[in-house]
Amino acid sequence: MHDMSAHAVHHAPPTSFLRKHVFSLDHKVIGKQYYGLALVAVLVGMVLSWLMRLHLGWTNLAIPGLHFLSSNGAPGDVMTPEYYLQLMTMHGTIMVFFVLTTAPFAAFGNFFLPIQVGAEDMPFPHFNMMSFWVTFVGFLVLISSFFVGDGPTLAGWTQYAPLSAVGSVAGPGEGWGEVLWAASIGIFCIGQLLGSLNFITTTLDMRTKGMSLWRLPLSAWAWFVTSVMGLTAFAVLMPACILLILDHVAGTSFFVPSNLVINDQLQPHSGGSTLLWQHLFWFFGHPEVYIAIIPGMGITSHVLITNMRRPMLSHRVLVYSMGALAVLSYMVYGHHMFVSGMNPVSSLAFSFPTLIITIPSTIVVLIWMGSLYGSKLRINTASLFALGFISMFISGGVSGFFLAQPSIDIMLHATYFVVGHFHLVMAVAAIFGIFAGTYFWFPKMFGRMMNETLGKVHFWLTFVGAYCIFMPFHYLGIAGNVRRYQAFVDDYLQPLIPVHKFITVAALLTGAAQFIFLYNLIYSRFRGATAPDNPWQGTSLEWSTPTTPPPHNNFGDHLPEVYHDPYQYGVESSVGDYVMQASPEQVKSAHDEA
Amino acid sequence: MARLFALTIVVIAILSAIPIVRHTWAPPPDVSTHGKLIDEQMSETMTEAGLSFLASQFLLAWFIWRFSASKPGDKIKTFPGGAKAMVWAAFLLVGTEVLALGVFGVKAWADVYFTPPAADALQVQVQAGQFAFYFRYPGPDGKFGPLHADLISEANANFYGLDTTHDQDSKDDIVTAEMAIPVDREVHLLMHSKDLGHSFYVPALRVHQDFVPGLDLSLHFTATKVGRYEIVCTQLCGLGHYNMKAYLSVLSQSDFDDWLKKQAALQ
Repeated sequence: MHDMSAHAVHHAPPTSFLRKHVFSLDHKVIGKQYYGLALVAVLVGMVLSWLMRLHLGWTNLAIPGLHFLSSNGAPGDVMTPEYYLQLMTMHGTIMVFFVLTTAPFAAFGNFFLPIQVGAEDMPFPHFNMMSFWVTFVGFLVLISSFFVGDGPTLAGWTQYAPLSAVGSVAGPGEGWGEVLWAASIGIFCIGQLLGSLNFITTTLDMRTKGMSLWRLPLSAWAWFVTSVMGLTAFAVLMPACILLILDHVAGTSFFVPSNLVINDQLQPHSGGSTLLWQHLFWFFGHPEVYIAIIPGMGITSHVLITNMRRPMLSHRVLVYSMGALAVLSYMVYGHHMFVSGMNPVSSLAFSFPTLIITIPSTIVVLIWMGSLYGSKLRINTASLFALGFISMFISGGVSGFFLAQPSIDIMLHATYFVVGHFHLVMAVAAIFGIFAGTYFWFPKMFGRMMNETLGKVHFWLTFVGAYCIFMPFHYLGIAGNVRRYQAFVDDYLQPLIPVHKFITVAALLTGAAQFIFLYNLIYSRFRGATAPDNPWQGTSLEWSTPTTPPPHNNFGDHLPEVYHDPYQYGVESSVGDYVMQASPEQVKSAHDEA
Repeated sequence: MARLFALTIVVIAILSAIPIVRHTWAPPPDVSTHGKLIDEQMSETMTEAGLSFLASQFLLAWFIWRFSASKPGDKIKTFPGGAKAMVWAAFLLVGTEVLALGVFGVKAWADVYFTPPAADALQVQVQAGQFAFYFRYPGPDGKFGPLHADLISEANANFYGLDTTHDQDSKDDIVTAEMAIPVDREVHLLMHSKDLGHSFYVPALRVHQDFVPGLDLSLHFTATKVGRYEIVCTQLCGLGHYNMKAYLSVLSQSDFDDWLKKQAALQ
């Protein structure tokens, strides 16, 4: 494994602007590109959520300027029912794919995985460059659907057939908008497959001398586990998207059965299965939840350890738990389909692994908490977000107890309870992981420190705001409030409208607080205090680079040699309470598991 | 800062739990024979998940409060029992908790899905389509006539595609836009969709089942209280999804008989 890294990936520093900043082979530049893409995507996704929330709180509200986005979708600036669904679909798709998958995995992973394993770059730099640009094209294709025909698809991010497969007869956006969605996600899958291939090979083949697998930091482990999941999950979604496109453009009927009558027109399809789409989609979709959250677990662990000044109670147990989550995540997907018409015996078969997956999740949380005990916790913006991640993960996790049970799903399926659950556990928690990673690694990525005061203000508003938005979702769900409604016309939903108004106000304020982060990010990029090489007294290899940001080849003339476990904190060494992985200094440690 | 954070976590956890404890928001009261088990399962899960939530958040807050104020000379301490204690705790506490929930939950699920409907259950057919439900009763002959997809026409109000000219069994079929059933009598609901995926959700009856185009599915239930309840669609089916609803009237047997006669006269 050691002799490959120095030669296989060596590429000279680029000289032209284009090769340096645009079509770069450097994993660090590609990581930043992914981060930038996720930042643009999250802004779009957040604005979409604001528009949705305004509409849900005040259905006939005119939102000034909305008709510029779509004159058909918002005549007189008032959103039509179909346009609400179109914005909702785009919100979900953009957030799940282009934010929650790209930022914690592709952005941070690209930048830091090769450095943390002690490599000069990833083994296939051209694939790596391609993975970003393919993803970028996927994003453009998705956004383009706003501007073609009757707008983007309205079938929700899960794109259930036959609504998604029969064409524009089913509703606005189900023609070209739908094909563009499937094309965009198919393209996105290619990017993720290429990225996953690089991540796996980097971890297995590019580790520097002394870097055994068990000496990998938890963040690197998380990216590795995620990339294995990415390779298997996206490999299923991509063909599913191709089949969906074929149903539109080639007259096939993979997802459409015979004898459907839509708008009084007998459809020309026959022989397909609507449940086939659900099986294919959720075989990807449930692992996707863990693709979004496991990098956050790794980042949170990494940030917390540095700020607790101690290693986790057990490095290995955390790694095994993340692995168990990954394996189990393929066995639970049917819990999305308890009332779908799938055989009710299958529901029980999917229910038990879903309940069992709470065990590795609990182990992860208990290891974090048990490690907090007796630590020397430092409070800074990064550690606050990491601790916030734990709080959100717990809150979102416990609602999983409900949704894992088919009998309770009878009441909660397709309600806001589900929306509250997945937003807390895979969206807010994952975004807290992204924030923790950003405040923690920004100095290494850009050579400047972020403003801590602004960071803490950002944290407080986001932490309280996220709870104000997403906790009431659970109450709505318990009362039977169905999701994906653009207005609440049912008698039993009328009393719930004030709750929606409260959520809307909370969402607008919490969203506005994100501009503090954006300002801090941009200001610090250019005007922040110069960052030292190791501002947090970290031990892993990213803090051992000869310069900050790291040079083109990461470590200068010589790749580092690793002598220790990743987290040698709480020791007495010549530099303080820690020993860096690349330091040959021998210290007495109670935490050497490797 | 750390202590304020710890307090904030505690306050948020308590505030989050208050509406649950006070039942501020709750589903409509159950009016089915099988719903009691579902409600009990829900309440059991709420207790266990709620306690797990509060205990975990309090513990997190306590550790943040306690260990963020260490002094330079303080030594790192290890939690008694270390990682082994955590793994055991997860398996024993959460493992038994979730398995117990799972095992007891089977009964509630089986009650709905693994028991056949009674032989004398009232058969009602429901068809979902963008964006309405239509119901069909077999009429005096007790038989549903066959469906012809090519005859389905909203414009001609032939919602089911019945051929009343040629199909003997269809002649007395009663098609309605509202559902009515007799109280305390089991109903065997035969479900199909004419176009896309839809769902049949009656919160008060504790029933929820998707319509799957291409598949004939069924449900059975018994309503225990006379009243008028809402049937709503929960499967995204297009722009009118939010407005796809129907009413279910649970009537006394005699009122139901009268209602059915009136509906037959309207056909």
